[in-house]
Amino acid sequence: MAISYDDVVAKYDPVFGLEVHVELNTESKMFCSCSTIFGGEPNTQTCPVCLALPGALPVVNAAAIESTIKIGLALNCQIAPRSRFARKNYFYPDMPKNFQISQYDEPICFDGYVDVEIDTDEGAKTFRIEVERVHMEEDTGKSLHVGGATGRIHGADYSLLDYNRAGIPLVEIVTKIVPGTGKYAPEVARAYVAELRDILRGLGVSDVKMEQGSLRCDANVSLKPMGSDVLGTRSETKNVNSLRSVERAIRGEMIRHAELLDAGKKVKQETRHFQEDTGLTRSGRSKEQAEDYRYFPEPDLVPVVPDAAWIEELRAALPERPSIRRKRLQEEWQVLDKEMSAMVNADLLDIVEATVLLGSDPTKARSWWLGEISRVANEQNVSVRELSITPKDVAAIVALVNSGELTDKLARAVVEGVIAGEGTPAEVVTKRGIKVVNDDGALMAAIEKVCGEQAETAEKVRSGHLPAAGALIGAVMKETKGQADAARVRELLLGHLGQATS
Amino acid sequence: MIKQSAAEMAQALAKGEVTSTSLTQAHLDRIADVDPSVKAFLHVDAEGALAQAKNIDAKRSAGEKLHPLAGIPLALKDVLAQEGVPTTAGSKILQGWKPPYDSTVVTKLKAAGLVILGKTNMDEFAMGSSTENSAYGPTFNPWDLTRTPGGSSGGSAAAVSSFEAPLAIGSDTGGSIRQPAALTGIVGVRPTYGAVSRYGLIAYSSSLDQAGPIGRTVLDTAMLHDVIAGYDPKDATSVNGAFPDVIAAARSSDVKGMKIGVIKQLQGEGYQNGVQARFDESLQVLASLGAQIVEVDCPSFEFALAAYYLIAPSECSSNLARFDAMRYGLRVGDSDGASAESVMNATRNAGFGHEVKRRIILGTYALSSGYYDAYYGSAQKIRTLIIQDYAKAFAQADVLVSPTAPTTAFKIGEKSNDPIAMYLGDVATIPVNLAGICGMSLPAGLADEDQLPVGFQIMAPAMQDHRLYQVGSALEGALVDKWGGHLISKVPALGGAK
Amino acid sequence: MSSLSRDDVAKLAALARIEMSEEELTNLASQFGMILDAVARVQEVNLDGVVATSHPQPIVNVFRADVVLPSLTSEQALSGAPAQEEDRFRVPQILGEAE
Repeated sequence: MAISYDDVVAKYDPVFGLEVHVELNTESKMFCSCSTIFGGEPNTQTCPVCLALPGALPVVNAAAIESTIKIGLALNCQIAPRSRFARKNYFYPDMPKNFQISQYDEPICFDGYVDVEIDTDEGAKTFRIEVERVHMEEDTGKSLHVGGATGRIHGADYSLLDYNRAGIPLVEIVTKIVPGTGKYAPEVARAYVAELRDILRGLGVSDVKMEQGSLRCDANVSLKPMGSDVLGTRSETKNVNSLRSVERAIRGEMIRHAELLDAGKKVKQETRHFQEDTGLTRSGRSKEQAEDYRYFPEPDLVPVVPDAAWIEELRAALPERPSIRRKRLQEEWQVLDKEMSAMVNADLLDIVEATVLLGSDPTKARSWWLGEISRVANEQNVSVRELSITPKDVAAIVALVNSGELTDKLARAVVEGVIAGEGTPAEVVTKRGIKVVNDDGALMAAIEKVCGEQAETAEKVRSGHLPAAGALIGAVMKETKGQADAARVRELLLGHLGQATS
Repeated sequence: MIKQSAAEMAQALAKGEVTSTSLTQAHLDRIADVDPSVKAFLHVDAEGALAQAKNIDAKRSAGEKLHPLAGIPLALKDVLAQEGVPTTAGSKILQGWKPPYDSTVVTKLKAAGLVILGKTNMDEFAMGSSTENSAYGPTFNPWDLTRTPGGSSGGSAAAVSSFEAPLAIGSDTGGSIRQPAALTGIVGVRPTYGAVSRYGLIAYSSSLDQAGPIGRTVLDTAMLHDVIAGYDPKDATSVNGAFPDVIAAARSSDVKGMKIGVIKQLQGEGYQNGVQARFDESLQVLASLGAQIVEVDCPSFEFALAAYYLIAPSECSSNLARFDAMRYGLRVGDSDGASAESVMNATRNAGFGHEVKRRIILGTYALSSGYYDAYYGSAQKIRTLIIQDYAKAFAQADVLVSPTAPTTAFKIGEKSNDPIAMYLGDVATIPVNLAGICGMSLPAGLADEDQLPVGFQIMAPAMQDHRLYQVGSALEGALVDKWGGHLISKVPALGGAK
Repeated sequence: MSSLSRDDVAKLAALARIEMSEEELTNLASQFGMILDAVARVQEVNLDGVVATSHPQPIVNVFRADVVLPSLTSEQALSGAPAQEEDRFRVPQILGEAE
């Protein structure tokens, strides 16, 4: 008995919380000097420390501390005058020490917030997501499960472990529970993760690629009956790998919880895994027998006491908040809300801005990136960023069109060429011999030739039947290998055939 | 030759009277002769030792400037990683493991040119006070082979006291250098916490562990202390500041005007008569040398043992979690249908001894949710009180003293079924570790009732390690005069040769 | 007198991933009471207002610069491995799920 989302939000009030893990882009690992470069040969980026050999000791990466404080400041957090690392003890083969060095009751940043704006039935509305804490920890190694059907852990015969990623610096950002979003819970959650991503990208502390795992999200959802103050049982959903999945996961869990509650059943407190293909979650580990992590202060590391003056320096150097930057750009470029959303949702704002900064006018920049280039990206099933065309290229193409050296149609061919790797716009123009035929003389020659070959059609136009000109213009374009300016051709043709040119 | 002190050997080497190769060979011969009875060594690296000795001899011949201790043989407690050499921490779970790296202590020893003869026996993962908890069998006390040499650095202490090596490195978490030194009639020092790098020291209790020097004389011990102490960026708890000159202090032997504080709680009842007697005499000796004896009161020390046996097991339960059969060490139970979890469980059961398991369980309990505040949390607060008591005491005295251990060496097997009795042996040494300060044990004489060595413990504030050597060398000098030689010269002869 | 039952000890052993024999579990349970009494002495002291000590030295802010240094080779890393395949540590099937 499937119920609709509208039914769900009529009866129940959702409450959610999000835990986001961010991989920092430091050169070396959190507690040792091994490289963090992605994709190395297995177990070539390990040392006694990250392999947890007997006798090894951790030492904190200074850059990771700085990045974490910057994140906390950007999220309006308090920076703890004194914070400590703690051991989170549990056994798992991908975690060499069988404890994770993390932070427990003394995190480095706490009590912050992020404001997000979404479209509601009553127009744009701002929601404040409170951030409970931002703390540092380390990532685990990676396991390959061999022998099972899908390469997943269930049914595998054995596993192969690579510890190159063990010890990569992670920052965990935990929200307080978010009530009061009603039916907009999925969108608010998504907007929060998107805003976090933009903030982190602006800080330059991570490459925040959800598809690659440098930004990971776990979503907690519970429902309470409308009007009640008693929170429902929550479930945690992992493996949420994209913004769209955040939205779908929350929505899906809301429906799943509601179905259970409607049928008089209880929601199990458990961990579930989000499945991209179905948009549903699958049951994982029960959280009722939560492991006792036996946290205690990490004896091998000393407390972190950041200098107050240094924190203020970092605060002053924070880049412009993404939401403020967006408002500023929207005003500067005179863009409508809908068009702004389109750019933001497609994650192309940075690219468009970069193009504008290189001299292009905003409208043209937007039109190229969201239009033709996005089309090609979709066709090739990649993201726009993965194509070999850059803001510099687009700015150059826009300039060429502005100077009349290219028509829009020819410009598309240049874009195609740049994406195909044929070189810069100038190189593509040369290689392909793309040139607007500007020379009226050459155009007239082509026009006369075509009118001679299609005398009957020319006669029609001469007698005032203008639509017939289309076929002649087409033929002239063909004659000039598409390199004529169609508008100019029309002008000259009509003039030649005694018609008004306007 | 092997009966000399390291300082004497160093002089002989410098003068060319003896080569490091022959000195090393002499010690290897001694080991072959007496170690079947003493069982101090788990692994003898004859090849490596002779190669290093030869290397030093070549450098000396070439006129290179060498460290004073270059070419002197040394025994290394098997708790320190030495690249390519079996390192077991006295446990079956690391049987056959050869580290792919050197601990910082070993790096420093090699840089000074010391010749590492081999790895010595120890209580498994440094948990114990008798070396009976070694998975490889106990070590025997050269003074009486039916008795333990103490622990957990029993192998290192036995090696030095049986003349198998003039110098050794041990580790001290609750007294594991000082107590064996006391029970075998030699000198052992537990440096200030953070003075010696823990990188490569297989961890038992991270906030209490320290590696330290063992020798037959105070000066020898000072020279070795000087080699291994120093800041290490690979150890975040390592002290980065001015280190005191322990060698100069060992040569000064002047205690005139110094205040010696006797800790009320660490003597008297519970201490063997002969132990108390030698301790009292040593106080008189120090007084006769111009020191002033005062009594200090450290009431929180009554709870030190309890705090230690919560903190150390808690930290060790976490430190030993890495021994899980996945990346190194023993693996058992890996048959068809086995899971990683079952292999972990079976291996840890087969690879850890009783005492280690006992402490892991105790530590797991003490850290569990609901019990943390009552146990681990409270213990860490007791620690603060102990630090405060020491601070008050050091305001009244330059050094504090006590007998090192309540008894002399006990018989093998005497305390093995009574863990509490075993733990009580650490009552005088533990407060030093909890406070992170430094302590020394040196020979005070033999107890009348059993003619076994008694140790005198000196304690000094953090980073004031030189005070240990200053007072220690003064006391040693006076006692050596009184005895006509170092106490260790009275140890029964062992073996057939020389 | 405090005590732990055999089942309590078994739960702790499971948390610590040690599969102890029945005999060991029972022995440990019987010794535990004594040990717990001894260590429970820490509760006899008035600890109000006392701050816990985790580090004996008052050191803070120890960091290392974000610089890459040579790692072990994969041969060195795998040198102690009980089992390996394709330059990775080979372990038996993992039943539990990752955190």
